[in-house]
Amino acid sequence: MRAIRYSKPFVFLACLLPAAWLVWGAFHEALGANPIQEITHVTGDWILRFLVLSLMITPVRKLTGWNPIIRYRRMLGLFAFFYATLHLLTYIVLDQNLGWSYIGADIAKRPYITMGMLGFSLLLPLAITSTAGWIRRLGGKRWNQLHRLVYAAAVAGVVHYYWLVKSDISSPLKYGAIFAVLFAIRFWYSYASNRAPVPARVPLPDRSA
Amino acid sequence: MLIKKAGQIPSSEITDERLYLNRRQFLQAGGVLTAGAALTGLAVEPAIAAAAPDLAPLPNVRKSPLSTDEKQNSYNDITTYNNFYEFGTGKGDPAANSGRFKPHPWTVKVDGQVNKPAEFNIDDLLKNFPLEERIYRMRCVEAWSMVIPWIGFPLGDLLKKVEPNPKAKFVAFTSVQRPGEMPGQNGDALEWPYVEGLRLDEAMHPLTLLSVGLYGKVLPNQNGAPIRLVVPWKYGFKGIKSVVHIKLVESQPPTSWNISNAREYGFYSNVNPQVDHPRWSQARERRLGEFLRRETLMFNGYGDQVASMYAGMDLKKNY
Repeated sequence: MRAIRYSKPFVFLACLLPAAWLVWGAFHEALGANPIQEITHVTGDWILRFLVLSLMITPVRKLTGWNPIIRYRRMLGLFAFFYATLHLLTYIVLDQNLGWSYIGADIAKRPYITMGMLGFSLLLPLAITSTAGWIRRLGGKRWNQLHRLVYAAAVAGVVHYYWLVKSDISSPLKYGAIFAVLFAIRFWYSYASNRAPVPARVPLPDRSA
Repeated sequence: MLIKKAGQIPSSEITDERLYLNRRQFLQAGGVLTAGAALTGLAVEPAIAAAAPDLAPLPNVRKSPLSTDEKQNSYNDITTYNNFYEFGTGKGDPAANSGRFKPHPWTVKVDGQVNKPAEFNIDDLLKNFPLEERIYRMRCVEAWSMVIPWIGFPLGDLLKKVEPNPKAKFVAFTSVQRPGEMPGQNGDALEWPYVEGLRLDEAMHPLTLLSVGLYGKVLPNQNGAPIRLVVPWKYGFKGIKSVVHIKLVESQPPTSWNISNAREYGFYSNVNPQVDHPRWSQARERRLGEFLRRETLMFNGYGDQVASMYAGMDLKKNY
């Protein structure tokens, strides 16, 4: 428990490093010939990475029994949302220069943009309801149900990525495979726990985390 | 992950300069950030200190009235950000992975429906064709663009030498296939070797260039050394790189991106802001180095010279 409390600020700062690197790089011409695209790609990658990390918490807990790790989950999930916000703002401001008619047309006509917007709008309610107050207001069960939207957001993110690449689909497929494994572990545990008789269903300690 | 046997890798290949520089920049960044000393004014190297080995300068290059006077992109931009899938699918991959490629000696075979098929040595080409600098806009199908000072000679001049016969209606181009020197060819991002094609009138058009140089020097490996095609009114991927074979043919030849995805990449691939890529708009583009997107011009701004070749054609169908 203590380890978690003391390490949290450092993990928080580490999670900010990709964003800090982009800011630094932008002012030092270190982002290559097309910095706006670089910012778009780096923020996009980190959304998926933080989604992977936040979705790894539960499997790691179940496989190792190290329950306190749950205390990182909200932070990692919120960093996924943080990078999703940067990614979206990069597209709107830097890439499209607030060209709302172009952005509107993109959302309507370009399936990968539509899917990206869908992914963001799935993350938004999760970020809003990430506070202790919202967990209390919704009640743990409903809150848990709502937060299963993160699975849909992860799928939307991978599909968004898959639809935009020109021919090299290896990166989106890698993320897809990782999410598939993380989902499969959950599925396995829920299947096993449904089948298991009475013993040892420890109540989730994460209601207030 | 591909694990190479140590024996196959010369020691010079092990840490490539680009990664090394980036790594150092990252460390510098980390140092700045953690020390909170953002204003210490560290000397920063240019993003990639251009893997510009000592490439030979090209002498006696004439200026051309066909050049644009727009601001040119830097040598660094042009040589570190481009697509050349033979070396990998990332924009930095060609610069990072083309060090082992050997563009010399080199010959280009020109045959098919011609009276005088021939094989040209690259050195003879450089000697026998007057070289011109052509500063062209380059519009990538991915909606970014650059202004590039190519050096080369019109493809038409070479084709005239071999005397196309009346059956010749199209020109088919083939890139070199050397998986040992081109790591991307070990993957299946595209079918190898890369192939491209033009209609004969497009190939004979004075704007169509065989480029052998850039910024006064011979082409760097990552930009298609030693000889590549430049067709400035078409999307960049029509500019096939490291050409080894040019064949005059009777019917429309296959082209790599069309084979990969026929719905998205047509044979013509003329720059056209009114015909979107199925997945993204082609109405605007980002000129590298500029913040605001600019409107994409019909035929990339070369309409006055080339539009007549497509008179009466439905450009939505012939994308």
